[in-house]
Amino acid sequence: MFSRDRWREILEVLTSNIGRTVLTAFGVCWGIFILIILLAAGKGFENGIRADFGDIATNTMFMWTRRTTKPYEGLPKDRSFEFKVSDVQAIWDNIPNLRFVSPRNQLGGFRGGGNVIRGIRVGAYNVYGDYPEIINQDPMTVTSGRFINQNDIEEKRKVAIIGQGVKSELYEKGEEVLGSYIKIQGVNFMVIGTYKKKNNDGDGEEAQKEIFVPFTSFSQAFNRGEDVGWMAITAHDGSSISQLKESIIDVMRERHKIHPEDKRAIGYFDLYEQFNRVESLFVGLKAIAYLVGIMVLLSGIIGVSNIMLIVVKERTKEIGIRRALGEQPWSIKKQILMESIFLTIISGMTGIIFGTLVIYGINALLDSVGPVDMFINPSVSVGVVTGALVILMVSGLLAGFIPANSAIRVRPIEALRTE
Amino acid sequence: MIEIKDLHKSYKMGSNSLHVLKGINFTAEEGELVAIMGSSGSGKSTLLNILGMLDEADSGEYTLDGVPIKNLSETKAAQYRNKFLGFVFQSFNLINYKSALENVALPLYYQKVPRKERQEKALQYLERVGLKEWATHLPSELSGGQKQRVAIARAMAAEPKVLLADEPTGALDSTTSYEVMDLIQKINDEGNTILVVTHEEDIAHMCKRIVHLRDGVIVEDKKVKQVRASEYVQ
Repeated sequence: MFSRDRWREILEVLTSNIGRTVLTAFGVCWGIFILIILLAAGKGFENGIRADFGDIATNTMFMWTRRTTKPYEGLPKDRSFEFKVSDVQAIWDNIPNLRFVSPRNQLGGFRGGGNVIRGIRVGAYNVYGDYPEIINQDPMTVTSGRFINQNDIEEKRKVAIIGQGVKSELYEKGEEVLGSYIKIQGVNFMVIGTYKKKNNDGDGEEAQKEIFVPFTSFSQAFNRGEDVGWMAITAHDGSSISQLKESIIDVMRERHKIHPEDKRAIGYFDLYEQFNRVESLFVGLKAIAYLVGIMVLLSGIIGVSNIMLIVVKERTKEIGIRRALGEQPWSIKKQILMESIFLTIISGMTGIIFGTLVIYGINALLDSVGPVDMFINPSVSVGVVTGALVILMVSGLLAGFIPANSAIRVRPIEALRTE
Repeated sequence: MIEIKDLHKSYKMGSNSLHVLKGINFTAEEGELVAIMGSSGSGKSTLLNILGMLDEADSGEYTLDGVPIKNLSETKAAQYRNKFLGFVFQSFNLINYKSALENVALPLYYQKVPRKERQEKALQYLERVGLKEWATHLPSELSGGQKQRVAIARAMAAEPKVLLADEPTGALDSTTSYEVMDLIQKINDEGNTILVVTHEEDIAHMCKRIVHLRDGVIVEDKKVKQVRASEYVQ
């Protein structure tokens, strides 16, 4: 099938009218180029959005308390309440498939008053009381020292992990950080580690200016008792937190004597739902890219089909001679089909290479001018390229089909008569 | 070798049909060199096309080397043409982007002869028609007589049972015509069966037998004393 003679013949035919072949090839080349560029742009946009989500475990919900809006069991509405440490165990006991349930307490807020003092320097930072698991839900890289561990929790050690931002504001350059003390709302904590978060959106600065201390020490130092400010709950990968959240909230309603219909007493934010919404946007983008790309490609394919028809027409006599000499109809058909597929694939490959070069150029440009909002590393995967090749192969086959059939439809005697 | 009985063929031209062959009976033995003569419209080309399986008769029998030729599929017809028949056309019908050698090798390619063997054989046949030095030339670089000799080499390469020549000298001047006929006679001398369609008397008399066609019927079928073309060739 792939004999040397056949290839020679294909090349002979395609190079016999180079200008025409190149123009035809350009149609397919352009189509696949557009497809690749569109997909890469979509991917770049997707990467940009995904980076905004950062490394946060996306199968996560956050839950906090508000005021009740309905009276229940003799309790009035507008009652405020707090989650308790015992609620964590209750959630573990009642809800399956959970991976992390992290109670959290928090001091400060966005550019709040100066709450942290070291020597003559003062800063305003978010201070969190946390369990060690939080590093899995809100990932950060520990750049020196260590993160909170279970012993810190049990012994209520007054230790703290500070962000790079905190370090640069409270310390001189080159100053030893580990083992030094910072005063958080009048209570001394020893710094045992520093961290850095990967993030590239507007909160980047704020994310590097946080302080993490053990949950238990936080409660004791700042008089929180058994109270829990809010919770971060992550489900196992197999099950979605969006489906579990109703039952989690039901457990909380029951424990805090809240009317089952009271929708507003417990506030929550379902990260997974948000993420899914964005995810479906990506799917839509990809569908549009494929649709537009394939439409453009289609016009290229029609061009190939057209040219092959003309080639067949021009070679009618030759085909007649070949058939008189005893070439089988299917062999002629195969020849035409292979010419068409070969032309399509070669031009498609050119389009892919050209598209890849352009993407490479864009990436180089992005690298040199710095990050652009919501657009990172446009790229196409090997899978997409393989897919494109398959599309090309199929379309080459389709493009050659009509011409190949018309080539053998003419009877040899009539073919021989044409001049 | 060839046996046809009561062959009829008509072409439809719009509403009226044209009866071209009106019952042809004809036999050719192995090793014969037959000239089919007739004015244009007498049906000689149609007869040759039917013999060449390029066209099909409406009714009648056709047996080639004991094989009945009837209701052939295109694939089967191609196979038979390749195996049984060699064609020489008035307009040479060489493939113009292939060299002389490749043209000659073409029927062997369709027989799936290995590449190397194919080339050797093709070269051998080119040598026999005296064009070995021209093997790599394209048809456009050859003269008319040379082209026809390449075409004859191509027709012979597949070692067919019958060689069908449709006005082989029609596009050539008389000197080259005789050269081509000389070649055809030599091939015939080796025992090959050859049918030549022509309307030139001198060419016809270089065959061993002349069949006259007129208005779709054979009006005369006679053996003649063969005139050797070599007498005219220097």
